[in-house]
Amino acid sequence: MAEHLLEIKDLAVVFNTIAGQVQAVNGVNLHLDKGEVLAILGESGSGKSVTASAVLNLIDMPPGEITAGEIRFKGENLFDMPPARRRDINGKNIAMIFQDPLSYLNPVYRIGWQIEEALKVHGAKEKEARLETLRLLEKVGITEPISAVRKYPHQFSGGQRQRVMIAMALALRPDILIADEPTTALDVTVQAQILDLLVNLQKETGMALLIITHDLGVVAEVANRVIVMQNGKVIEAGSVRDIYFKPSHKYTKQLIKSAPGKGKFSLGTSSSNPLLSVSKISKNYGVFRALKDISFDLMEGETVAIVGESGSGKSTTAKILLRLENANSGSVFYQNQDILTLSDQDLLKKRRDIQMVFQDPSQSLNPRMTVLQLISEAWVIHPDVLPKNKWLRRVEDLLEQVGLEKEYARRFPHQLSGGQLQRIAIARALALEPKIIICDEAVSALDVSVQAQVISLLKKLKKDLGLSYIFIAHDLPVVRDFADRVIVMKEGQIVETGLTKDIFLKPQKKYTQELLLASLEPDPDVQLARRNTRKKLLEYKI
Amino acid sequence: MTNFLIKRAVTSALSLFILVVLVFFLIRLTGDPASLFLPLDASEEAKEKFRDLNGLNDPILHQFFQYFSDLIRLDFGISLRRAEPAIDSVLRGFKWTLQLAAITMSLVASLAIIIGSIAAFRVGGFFDRIVTFFSLIGASAPDFWIAIVAIVVFSVGLGWLPTSGTGTIFHWVLPISVLFIRPFGLILQVVRGSMLNVLSAGYIKTARAKGVKDTVIIFVHGLRNAMLPVVTVIGDQAAGILNGAVIVETIFGFPGVGKLMIDSILQRDFAVVLASIIITAVAIFVMNILIDIIYAILDPRIRY
Repeated sequence: MAEHLLEIKDLAVVFNTIAGQVQAVNGVNLHLDKGEVLAILGESGSGKSVTASAVLNLIDMPPGEITAGEIRFKGENLFDMPPARRRDINGKNIAMIFQDPLSYLNPVYRIGWQIEEALKVHGAKEKEARLETLRLLEKVGITEPISAVRKYPHQFSGGQRQRVMIAMALALRPDILIADEPTTALDVTVQAQILDLLVNLQKETGMALLIITHDLGVVAEVANRVIVMQNGKVIEAGSVRDIYFKPSHKYTKQLIKSAPGKGKFSLGTSSSNPLLSVSKISKNYGVFRALKDISFDLMEGETVAIVGESGSGKSTTAKILLRLENANSGSVFYQNQDILTLSDQDLLKKRRDIQMVFQDPSQSLNPRMTVLQLISEAWVIHPDVLPKNKWLRRVEDLLEQVGLEKEYARRFPHQLSGGQLQRIAIARALALEPKIIICDEAVSALDVSVQAQVISLLKKLKKDLGLSYIFIAHDLPVVRDFADRVIVMKEGQIVETGLTKDIFLKPQKKYTQELLLASLEPDPDVQLARRNTRKKLLEYKI
Repeated sequence: MTNFLIKRAVTSALSLFILVVLVFFLIRLTGDPASLFLPLDASEEAKEKFRDLNGLNDPILHQFFQYFSDLIRLDFGISLRRAEPAIDSVLRGFKWTLQLAAITMSLVASLAIIIGSIAAFRVGGFFDRIVTFFSLIGASAPDFWIAIVAIVVFSVGLGWLPTSGTGTIFHWVLPISVLFIRPFGLILQVVRGSMLNVLSAGYIKTARAKGVKDTVIIFVHGLRNAMLPVVTVIGDQAAGILNGAVIVETIFGFPGVGKLMIDSILQRDFAVVLASIIITAVAIFVMNILIDIIYAILDPRIRY
């Protein structure tokens, strides 16, 4: 049998925690050859990142412990090597880039210094390293590398930071590049650019690329082969097409099924009765114009999605609707009253009708309150809604409504999973029987399968309770399945608005088209076609 | 940056003014200098003459304005006890205290940073446990007690070191050692805690993935990020030595500004008390501004 570039055999990793031993990786086998792009697909806790970290000796030990297995690089077992030899492989032969370049670049050193260091650690001379750094930055598409080397990480945008990370990782032309969720923290159009860059560099250098992701779209876009992991085990492996079209494991099937973006389009709402009427709101932060003349209506029982990339003003819009921020001009009419000019007392009453669910429930729910306290807090603030002796009963009903056992009322947030927490956040929003719920990236932090469950819960509640949603999201496939109407925003302005079907099938504006082409599709065939269209569009641009 | 420095200078001057007002009036509540400076059997007439001579009979507000207008011209008045300008006595003492503080804090900072960082890198290990145990004892031991025990053991018992005074390098050993212990324990704990946080950060993983050596990871990648809270505590502890080495200076007969201050208060030598408080306060203000500048140097994200 031919020798693989990288081979992991029966790897087992445990973490010793206060709650006991956790088997993070359990008997993982995989191999990687020269010039290959392998994806490890899995949800949070599947052990995919731990497996990759083991290759570069990045697992903190303790609490982590490698209990079994071996990792062979060009036939040599990494675990048998002396530390200095192992360190020498890091960066030179195997390099890694991470999910969030802001926290993975050292904030107090200039990026030029950080890239030069990678070269100098492995023997490059000072001057050589400086020139090579400029060359690398240019190669990864950083304009004006000479001024860029003098900047600090916080002075770059997310996409540029990831380019810097890539430049650093590729500094010594490694045999293997491990990319751990390299585009998860980025906007869709930036994600497409970074993936293009990675694939082009991989082809050019012939290195092997190991990409770790939770996103079937990323797999379809870049990988040749894919390994599916769940609970620390490899459950399925094969070519991308085989896995997508002929999955054999139950979990893989479910993962593919829950990937959003395949459902029927909504036909729009029948109601022509605007519940909320937003007209020409603008917001400035100093000289920066965050919002410019935003106007739209939300009909009764309608789901309006606001999509856009970071900095487009979608969250600012939500904050203004809730009066968490004040607009500089414009009006928001709800039940014939302008919310933006209400007195504090009247506002308190109106606020009941508009509730919010935030992106990260582990941040937005107070960790020191029980679920009962979290949900009933709404009635502390609005005492006329429900007498105290009925609180427990109502909380139990609400929990049932969001698909949780009533025993959860006594639990604290840390005892619940991400999906359960988001259900609690929804129950909390429902406590005041609102007419409108604003979901700000409410499913973005969740695993795909959990995301699908929360979306179907939101759909059910809409039907049962006649709710209207403003659904703020950057993830287009979710919007495609869930929204009745879509508003596309860019740089504080509305670019295009229309029925979901029209926006997705017949986008009028160029930005909308770009956004759609950049969004990733789990189906490898569809994604290939999309990639080709995108390339043509880019060539056309040039 | 210039704007920031100007703003800081103005607020510091204002605080200084309030301090001067408070001390000027409060010190006069300690009693009448005349009864301390003149012999016990001095006549009331002589005392009255002494007060007249030293302006102590003027209305108190008048005394204050007199003092303040002299102060603006950097005239701190004459020491009653020493019969020389108060500022001369203070600067002489301050020179000693400043040396004591500088030497002690340099030792404390460098050792605490190195040992604390290594302890954090091997958290839970043997070295870490030993270090944590002794630094906690150090941080909680009362210094007057340590000072007396040290004199009993090293000076009286073993006869290795002088009990008090200055003159040789050996005279410095005990005061520095006693002043060293508490800040060392405290700063070491802060370094260790801050470093623990930093070492779990993403950029440390990046450095390891690049193949950087452990020592460079700790002292180059980690330390600069871990320094902000450490610098704050170092500044705080240095200020503590500058104005609070009173106990240690008194026990070891060390002629610093702390001892001078205590002596002058007991002697009701108002001019010296005021001058030493003002000089110490100015030193602490200057140090705080320095710390703010160090912040900006350490972390490029901090800009004033």
